[in-house]
Amino acid sequence: MKQDILICGVGGQGTVLASRVLAAAAMEAGHPVHSAETIGMAQRGGSVTSHIRIGAGAWSPLIPPGGADMLLAFEPAEAVRNLSFLRPEGIAIVNTAATRPVGASLKDTGYDGREMVAWLKDRCACVFVDGEAACRPFGSARYLNIVLLGAALGTGRLELTEELIRNQIRRYVPARFLETNLKAFEAGLSLKS
Amino acid sequence: MKEYVMGNGAIALGALAAGVNLVAGYPGTPSSEIIETVAKYPHEGIHLEWSVNEKAALEVAAAAAYSGARALVTMKQMGLNVASDPLMSVAYIGVKGGLVIVSADDPGPISSQTEQDTRRFAGFSRIPVFDPASPEEAYAMIQDAFACSEKYHTPVLFRPTTRVCHAYAAIDVPDRWEPASFEGFRKDASRWVIFPRLSYANHGKMEARNAEIARDFSDYRFNTVEGAAGPRAILTSGVSYAYVKECLREHPEARIIRVATAFPFPEDFLLRALEGVEELLCIEELSPWLEEQALQVAGRHHLALTVRGKLDGTVPHHGENSVALSGRLLADFLGLEPGPSPRDCSGAPPLPVRPPVLCAGCPHRASFYAVKQAMKGQKAFFCGDIGCYTLGNAMPLDMVDTCLCMGAGITMAQGLRHTNPDAVCFAFVGDSTFFASGMTGVVNAVYNEADMVLCVLDNSTTAMTGHQPHPGTGRNMMGHIVDRVDIARVLEGIGVRRVVTVDPLRLEEAVQAVRSCAAEKGVTAIIFKSPCVALTKPTGKCIIDGQKCIACKKCIREIGCPALITDQGQVRIDPNLCTGCGLCGQICPVGAIGGAEQ
Ligand code: SF4
Ligand code: SF4
Repeated sequence: MKQDILICGVGGQGTVLASRVLAAAAMEAGHPVHSAETIGMAQRGGSVTSHIRIGAGAWSPLIPPGGADMLLAFEPAEAVRNLSFLRPEGIAIVNTAATRPVGASLKDTGYDGREMVAWLKDRCACVFVDGEAACRPFGSARYLNIVLLGAALGTGRLELTEELIRNQIRRYVPARFLETNLKAFEAGLSLKS
Repeated sequence: MKEYVMGNGAIALGALAAGVNLVAGYPGTPSSEIIETVAKYPHEGIHLEWSVNEKAALEVAAAAAYSGARALVTMKQMGLNVASDPLMSVAYIGVKGGLVIVSADDPGPISSQTEQDTRRFAGFSRIPVFDPASPEEAYAMIQDAFACSEKYHTPVLFRPTTRVCHAYAAIDVPDRWEPASFEGFRKDASRWVIFPRLSYANHGKMEARNAEIARDFSDYRFNTVEGAAGPRAILTSGVSYAYVKECLREHPEARIIRVATAFPFPEDFLLRALEGVEELLCIEELSPWLEEQALQVAGRHHLALTVRGKLDGTVPHHGENSVALSGRLLADFLGLEPGPSPRDCSGAPPLPVRPPVLCAGCPHRASFYAVKQAMKGQKAFFCGDIGCYTLGNAMPLDMVDTCLCMGAGITMAQGLRHTNPDAVCFAFVGDSTFFASGMTGVVNAVYNEADMVLCVLDNSTTAMTGHQPHPGTGRNMMGHIVDRVDIARVLEGIGVRRVVTVDPLRLEEAVQAVRSCAAEKGVTAIIFKSPCVALTKPTGKCIIDGQKCIACKKCIREIGCPALITDQGQVRIDPNLCTGCGLCGQICPVGAIGGAEQ
């Protein structure tokens, strides 16, 4: 198996945990794994990415442009920003709920992500997830990362099983949030389109 | 056992496996997780510390290595500037045990002020340097670095870059490790006391030794030549080597020469590798170090060799390397088909810019806002410093007029005042930076009769680099509860005229404090004390009463908290982000914001 997965989003959205769960699940399945994270100032609300490279033969810690099999985008504009990484046959899973940068609220640019979603639609194979709606039953956007992991697995494109991912959720999520996270994972899975 | 860790974790585990006895450092992206990893794994019998700054860390470690112990020092590349005073001297004195100094470089730069190159520092201070290309290599190489240090009784530099530090890989580590045993310090003034005569003698010895190390390095396992002999070769190192390998996956015949020991330069190795080569492309980040070495070797040995790289304009001097950039360079140089091209994204809608911002509820926002309010209509300059609070420069706060290096805000406010006597000059410094290099600046200002206001933004942590403890927090890396060093008392001890402590989230009181301090002569200080929101539980959430709100957007315009958003003309608070700090509620002219109890 060889799979390159690029996760992108905004600092604070929980991309690092999603990346860790995916990497650990692939390792448990016996694959060699490498990954790379954005760490530092960008974590304060800037654009962040995690690169996960599963399978032997990856040298660069970062996925080469045009090389990602999957783009897991936590935010529509970030999906557009990173689309150049996606392979022609790759698939994008995109949260349609926009995170407005402070600048956008100040100038009231009216950015709401819709334009991004419309543009993405005919550029690549996409699965759109309304993250806000999907998280509503859980009362907090902090479950977005696990919902999206579920949606990613739901596409059938990841060569990983539900059980592998669930095991790693159990391992990495603090006990008091575990039950809700497992529900969020189910919710994401059932979004498959 | 196998551990999935980031490059910094691999460095830490490698040092533990090498029997390290003492680890000291100062936090700085991309190096901070090395010490944190040591703390997470069993480390009985090892002294572990966040030092107040890199100079202190290196001196603590050097003395340990004088005693025969194995000592590791960690910092980012800017930190090496701070530590350069002891570094230059300990290079002459040498060590008895092992002393390895990790200085993590940051091409880009991604989280730094400069694109400086630690390999050059190695050449400058005449000590060996190791340059790993991946976390796996970092784990192995840090152990080689300790061996080299002990064999040649010299401090050794270890230079990973951001992409190695923050890349994750599975590392095979031993199930247990033990700190090395060592003799202890033995008095010997002819060895440990630096005097001009000793420096003169040791300088000669260092150069002789470096020639020996260069020969050693010519057979070093990570200095490698791959591919078939031919007229063209690539010279590379560090993560650039990984990029080159990625690009040439389908071209095993391409000749790749990789030098993992930039200094002392393995000249014999390069000479052997250059057999039959007519043209050499140097792909490296930061400075053209390998390129210059290749030119020197070619010159000294009269090789008919064309060297391409940064110096002839083939490769950009600035910014980080990537697979894409390496791919273009290699395709040109080797006449290859270009690799997979990035997806065409032309016609994409304009993307919102997303600069990093102070978190929702961050007390620094309130501190900056209080000063801004208090100084309205007056000429005032605001000198910033290094930390989360550098982000106070962003609109709408716009409260950072200068930012240079650690601690400089204080001394620069002084300098601005001496040359702009009509302006009120403020220095903003975080609690960790205050201890790192702020205190001497305050002494300087008091002694030289500056009129200025010092604002200590005390959030009880080192937030930017991931919340490390410092002398003001009352905890240390040994896990001990220790006496807090009290910033107010330090300032009073120095002789600061007036020291006021306020909660920045009580806006009116904070503004009053600023006004009264600014009106006084001499050095005055305000300690804005409120914990980092990333470490404390939110006190609640605020909500905007849609009936009362007149949508004037004053709250958004004035403080720019990321939790305040506009939604179809309405102003709302994003409940996922709001911490209930209550600052916006103190700004709203109609009292529409309520909710959280302070
Ligand atoms: S209370 Fe206001 S300023 Fe404070 S975090 Fe919430 S929205 Fe932001
Ligand atoms: S991490 Fe803490 S100090 Fe840094 S911006 Fe957020 S609240 Fe402010």
